[in-house]
Amino acid sequence: MVINLGNRLKGKSKNNLLIEAGIVVGIALVLILIVPLLVQGFRLNMLGRFLALAIAALAIDLIWGYTGLLSLGHGVFFALGGYAIAMHLQLAPLAPGTLPEFMNLYGVTELPFFWQPFASFGFSAIAVLVIPLLLGAALGYLVFRNRIRGVYFSILTQAATIVFFNFFNGQQKLFNGTNGLTNYKTILGASVSEPQTQFVFYTLTIVFLAATYALCRWLTSGRFGKLLVAIRDDESRVRFSGYNPTGFKVVVFGISAALAGLSGAMFTIQTGLISPRAMDIAFSIEMVIWVAVGGRASLVGAILGALVVNFGKSLLSEQFPDIWLFFQGALFLIVVTVLPDGLIGWLRTEGMNLLDKIFGGKHIATYPSLEEDPEVQRERETLNK
Amino acid sequence: MLIVQGLLEGLFNGLSIGAVLLVAALGLAIVFGLMGVINMAHGEFMMLGAYTTFIVQNVFKTFGSPWSETYIIFALPVAFLLTAGFGILLERGVIRYLYGRPLETLLATWGVSLILQQFVRSVNWVLAIAIVIFSALFFGGLWFIAKRADYDRIKTLVWTIMLPLSAAISGAIGFVLAQTFKLTVTKPWFGAQNVDVTAPAWLRGGVRVFGTFQIPYARLFIIILTAACMAGIYLFLQKSKWGLRIRSVTQNRTMSSCLGIPTQQVDSLTFALGSGLAGIAGCAISLLGSVGPNTGQNYVVDTFMVVVVGGVGKLAGSVVAAIAIGTVNYFVGSGTIALLVQPIKPLADFFTFFATASMAKVMVFFLIISFLQFRPGGIFPQKGRTVDA
Repeated sequence: MVINLGNRLKGKSKNNLLIEAGIVVGIALVLILIVPLLVQGFRLNMLGRFLALAIAALAIDLIWGYTGLLSLGHGVFFALGGYAIAMHLQLAPLAPGTLPEFMNLYGVTELPFFWQPFASFGFSAIAVLVIPLLLGAALGYLVFRNRIRGVYFSILTQAATIVFFNFFNGQQKLFNGTNGLTNYKTILGASVSEPQTQFVFYTLTIVFLAATYALCRWLTSGRFGKLLVAIRDDESRVRFSGYNPTGFKVVVFGISAALAGLSGAMFTIQTGLISPRAMDIAFSIEMVIWVAVGGRASLVGAILGALVVNFGKSLLSEQFPDIWLFFQGALFLIVVTVLPDGLIGWLRTEGMNLLDKIFGGKHIATYPSLEEDPEVQRERETLNK
Repeated sequence: MLIVQGLLEGLFNGLSIGAVLLVAALGLAIVFGLMGVINMAHGEFMMLGAYTTFIVQNVFKTFGSPWSETYIIFALPVAFLLTAGFGILLERGVIRYLYGRPLETLLATWGVSLILQQFVRSVNWVLAIAIVIFSALFFGGLWFIAKRADYDRIKTLVWTIMLPLSAAISGAIGFVLAQTFKLTVTKPWFGAQNVDVTAPAWLRGGVRVFGTFQIPYARLFIIILTAACMAGIYLFLQKSKWGLRIRSVTQNRTMSSCLGIPTQQVDSLTFALGSGLAGIAGCAISLLGSVGPNTGQNYVVDTFMVVVVGGVGKLAGSVVAAIAIGTVNYFVGSGTIALLVQPIKPLADFFTFFATASMAKVMVFFLIISFLQFRPGGIFPQKGRTVDA
């Protein structure tokens, strides 16, 4: 009996999963095939960049929404991903033995040793993921193994942001300091500024975003996901139940860092610039607010939030450049106090009620756990027969 | 002789950097110890304190000679009271609703810090008058309506009508003012540029110790100010009635509440005290250089680090942490260590790499991380039996 029930549930969830996958692929196809017909040039590039940022939002959601680790330092991982690909783009068009332009300017005579492997595209593409992953995992390990958490963790990550900002900002000879790496020419033989190449970047961003979504979906469902949520809700209890949360936190922080790196790389090739400004404290906290606006612990919410906030930002800061900070500050306050579950959370509760009110549908409130209880559902089905 | 002088110089400079950090971190540490809340707007409170000093200085300049030299004495209490007032507003208006959710508090106070930064940049007569009118209309109206017996029932309606209405009226008045008086009212008070506070004559120059090494009076003043603040806070916490209450709530909030301590008032008072100390810190940093809307941001992360390293169990932790961070920062950043280890070539090269102000921060961060490996709770962790410290 029980086995039978289990099988049926499995079938049902498999069906749901297929539907979800279909929706994701559908949206991706619409974005790739139809949207470029409607918007072109600057706006399309903007959409591409914001979709790249949505990957970072997913990364934040994974650690903050699901695991309860508020990182204020994801700008570092984002920028490292960006720098990894930008270093390749600096080296790609050069003849062997010549140096990037800015190095000549600062009187560097020999390519620094850690620049050399970035001449290869394969290495750079892997570095985009692996460098942030290793750094995130190492930092995470050093912090989590001492059970440093909560606000302490947040301000440590923030300090890390400052530190990396200072490092990259101060090293003119190695990273061109404040100006960052820009003026990209070719990648794998294709000209970066060509519309076709940019379209490839756009398409790749969407593919990566869908893949990231799938990865996060896979991670957050099942036992691993349950453990993450348990760590968020009561870490001591998880520990008392015989799990060591450190490993899980390190893994999820590392993955999140790698995703932020991917986001940074996709953002960089579409923007044409990576500078230490990406490691600004403000930018890292902005990432958090995308997730907060969309809805914590909701993957769709994170993507939605990143898009809504960034489009709102570009719209408002074009209109009122002076008082944009007022809006942003108010956004933080409003989201935290009035909309703690973000847009998605609001839609799920208030929005549904509002719809019901408008369309006059009747909705009888019961206990949600009762609604979802398979036993109760089965009883209902058999009773109806 | 040269090395001794270098060491002395380093110690003094480290001490004076540490003093600034300490006076800034003191308020943060008290608030964090009591409520577990990190106030991201702390740096902006410092900035407000610095701007207050600037205003007080300009007012005293108009009074003429004997007064214009003493403004700093008056600026201190004014800055303390003003930022304490802002602190109470923030606590009553926002943080009160977010207790038990420290991460959300962190984000909300970051929002406040953004608003304050922009406020200083764009504040002018129109904005100030509009805010006053809005507050009078909205909060006055709410106060008036809240007397009605059926207030709870019509609350949402009142808010949805009052908020846009007050905003529209104050906005319209502001617009009319801007149109009639033009530039006289729309000119920003401070603007986005930095403003300068000139130290009074008796704080300029310094006392010469020996050789070329001299101690600037301004630095000395800051060290004495910090010591005075420390002494004041210590006496307040240890000897006064409210200090006792604050200590008791810090140790065990639930138990204190059961024993009849008004925890809400304690929270407000502590937050006001912490913010006021930020104001005093703002006064102090205005003596060290020009003050801008971003001034607070430069200090805030360092002060957070002081709290992390010091731990929240005792104030002494903050003192040790601030002085240690200040000294290490100076020794590494000024290249003194590189000079000391000159005989050993690779070590000297290593330290020369870190011998700039910004690279010193890199090194200090890694030292902090390694320190936390064996003292995760800081120098003086909070003692107790709670699982979730």
